[in-house]
Amino acid sequence: MARALINVPAKAKRGEVIEIKTMISHTMETGFRPDSTGRPIPRDIISELVCKYNGEEIFRAELFPAIAANPFLTFFTVATESGTLGFEWTGDNGFSASESVNITVE
Amino acid sequence: MMRADGMWQRTRRRFLAETAALAGAATLGLDSHPAGATPASMQAAIRNVTGEAKLNKGKVKIDVPALIENGNAVPLTVSCESPMTQEDHVKTIHVFTEKNPQPNVVGVNLGPRAGRASVSTRIRLADTQKIVAVAQMSDGSFWSDEVEVIVTLAACLEGA
Repeated sequence: MARALINVPAKAKRGEVIEIKTMISHTMETGFRPDSTGRPIPRDIISELVCKYNGEEIFRAELFPAIAANPFLTFFTVATESGTLGFEWTGDNGFSASESVNITVE
Repeated sequence: MMRADGMWQRTRRRFLAETAALAGAATLGLDSHPAGATPASMQAAIRNVTGEAKLNKGKVKIDVPALIENGNAVPLTVSCESPMTQEDHVKTIHVFTEKNPQPNVVGVNLGPRAGRASVSTRIRLADTQKIVAVAQMSDGSFWSDEVEVIVTLAACLEGA
């Protein structure tokens, strides 16, 4: 199971713009590199990250092989209500990982 | 006799100069040829996103080091000027490169709930090249920014 790191402030004021930092361990094999015998190593990347705030989608990213290994993404959202932020990564070879964090909005 | 020698010298010199110039032109011609293909594929990838819409300059800002020592993980931030309200917000941001094996780098969907139209990630760069970011606003207009970066160690395309 891929290790994922999420950094979201635990508490926020209502209406505050908060920064969300995400990182997940993955080689992001491009599919353009040959192995020691000269055959290309097949592509194996994470192709999508979706972030949902209490079930509603707030951010979606489509990733390509040009994203560095251990994909790191930072984005923003408005803290509207207390609840959970859910993150879902999907990729080649049936890769799938999810993580969620709680946030308290005052 | 002296005069004839001088004439001979002059033509020989000119011949050498002309040959060198020709050789130079031929080399330049050869060098510039293969590089022409990839910027075109980047334009095609951008057209794939924008369609027939006009691509305006401005509103978008790419933040990336101008001189990159290691192309395997280059910090990149793309931000857009936008109030991010229901009526006026950024819908998508796409990033493209000119000389990577594939022009697309990342595409993100945002909305008014983002609060701030700014995305950061780390990318791979295979060569000294141009990076283009294209943002689509909620009114359907497209805005872009481009930067030239110098890469000293390219992201590995060679064997592991």
